[in-house]
Amino acid sequence: MSTLVSSGSPRSRATLIGVAVLIAAILAGLLIGPVRIGAANVFRWLVSFGGTPAGMSEQEASILAELRLPRVIVAGLVGASLAASGAAYQAVFRNPLADPYLLGAAAGAGLGATIAVGYGPAGAIDVTVPIAAFVGALVGVGLAYGLGRSSLGGRAGTSLVLAGVAVASFLTAVQTFLQQQRSETLRQVYTWILGRLGTTGWDDVWLALPSVALAVTTLWIVRRLLDVIEVGDVEAQSLGLNVTRLRLVVVLAASLATAAAVAVAGLIGFVGIIVPHTVRLLVGGSYRSVLPLSVLFGASFLIIVDVLARTVVAPAEIPIGVITALVGAPFFLVVLRRNRRAT
Amino acid sequence: MGKPHSIVVALGLALSLAACSSDDPPERVTGGGGASPSSDTSSFPVTVEGTNGVVTVDHRPARIVSLSPTATEDLFAIGAGEQVIAVDDQSNYPPEAPMTELSGFEPNAEAIAGYEPDLVVFATEPGDLGSALETLGVTALQLDAAPALEVAYEQIEQLGLATGHQAEAETLVDGMRSQVDELVAGADPSAGLSFYYELDDTFYSVTSKTFIGQLFELLGLENIADAAGGGSGGYPQLSAEYIIESDPDLIFLADTKCCGQSRETVSGRPGWDQIAAVSDGGVVSLDDDVASRWGPRVVDLLLEIATAAGAVEAEAA
Repeated sequence: MSTLVSSGSPRSRATLIGVAVLIAAILAGLLIGPVRIGAANVFRWLVSFGGTPAGMSEQEASILAELRLPRVIVAGLVGASLAASGAAYQAVFRNPLADPYLLGAAAGAGLGATIAVGYGPAGAIDVTVPIAAFVGALVGVGLAYGLGRSSLGGRAGTSLVLAGVAVASFLTAVQTFLQQQRSETLRQVYTWILGRLGTTGWDDVWLALPSVALAVTTLWIVRRLLDVIEVGDVEAQSLGLNVTRLRLVVVLAASLATAAAVAVAGLIGFVGIIVPHTVRLLVGGSYRSVLPLSVLFGASFLIIVDVLARTVVAPAEIPIGVITALVGAPFFLVVLRRNRRAT
Repeated sequence: MGKPHSIVVALGLALSLAACSSDDPPERVTGGGGASPSSDTSSFPVTVEGTNGVVTVDHRPARIVSLSPTATEDLFAIGAGEQVIAVDDQSNYPPEAPMTELSGFEPNAEAIAGYEPDLVVFATEPGDLGSALETLGVTALQLDAAPALEVAYEQIEQLGLATGHQAEAETLVDGMRSQVDELVAGADPSAGLSFYYELDDTFYSVTSKTFIGQLFELLGLENIADAAGGGSGGYPQLSAEYIIESDPDLIFLADTKCCGQSRETVSGRPGWDQIAAVSDGGVVSLDDDVASRWGPRVVDLLLEIATAAGAVEAEAA
């Protein structure tokens, strides 16, 4: 193994480590949970491709197939989406603290979910909340982009960020107002905002997968251009890059991924900041490595965090958003301090 | 094993037939124990005790505002309904309660004072409504969520005292006590039935420390959420896989209104078809409102639980 690793370039070595970490995280996600299912059984179940191998109860097979596996997959998709979107936003806005919710995606999704819970049909919340959150996130970003794009001339990045802050504040105010009007739904909205994977099933996989695949592939393709745009709009333009169009494509793709993540998992903070910055510390600043590794480590990180969420106080759960922020907030402060010294 | 169970079931059926008429005037709960408007024997002023301390009510209130759905049910059940001029936007029972747009959750002292009440009854709220109303010269009685059945009885009696319906309140409480005793006596804890109580569709539940959890404990039912009680304030969020592994005999849904849950939605959840309650008809839909209040209808709730447990026991026997 060591010869294999040392023979590659630093980048391919990092990718190899990323893949290994992801596989380990997926196995941990399948092996560890409030219900004890022996490792041997889990591996036998994996080899039987979803059947019920001899010596294993139907209940255990069902827990693995219908609860743990989709949960691991969704955690991976959400983690990958948030980390890749964070990395992409940090590039196009040249702001190391940009995160996937920067342009009002979180506020828009929160508003959408609140409307669905408070005003939609009670029986269809499983369906309406994800869709409303998805639409809300895109509307939030759309508003911020539409309003921020035209102003401030050459400082388009800054103006977009400012518009995002304003749009987010406005949408949050509307959301809070509607929530107060329907105070009986407060806990449901609150539960959603804290992030959740506790009710995840295959439905969520199918809901998130198309958007995430499209968006992450798009970001993956443009990853080299992110290095160029990060230098500066004028410089990038002089190299023949259509900065406005690239920024639009990146914002669209990152928002699509974020909206899909928010729709199935609620608001999960800090993944979009922690993961890309950790990757930069490991392999340097080029997006050729930062983006793919953010996808791998983002997926791994959220799978592991979700394992913590369902085991630390088992058989109870901790909302996953609490744990990411608990780990993420101190990390965020460190990044903040490093950046203050650098500028 | 068979005989005692069938008696329990017969009793449960008889009681549930009585409960079907729950739209009747709430006086039925008093058992018609001679409660008439002329039973107003108390003389004012009286002092009553609420969560906000000792409150003096100078004269028999004629303009009561209730900002607590439970207090509203209590007031109507003790015959003080005619004195109630306004209730909050969640007080949907009994139907004749004069519902307004007043909010008990985000109460506005000025809007409440606009009704010129001589007594305001309210439950937990984020601000300091009590002293705001006192400043405006309005008598305010706070009755927070009862942590135990005894406190719920106590609140009914305090409301009786405060409104001049002491006798009816005592009759109501006596009736509730004897119905609870009857149900507890009819329960068979040796059956060892376990249950999962669902507060919402993200699997928040209640432990036996909570008011609602105590009702189940009275009937000797085993709460699967108790294993997760530590540090959650009595309301833990359970892991789906834990619920499936625990394989409860009964599932009580207190999220039928809030979250539109039902036997159908529960059986459609991934992996839940493995649970005995789901495959054997042990999923019970409750009324969210009744299940989240600590008023007179607690007895109806207890009856519903006992009936469901009796049915599952009979099935198993």
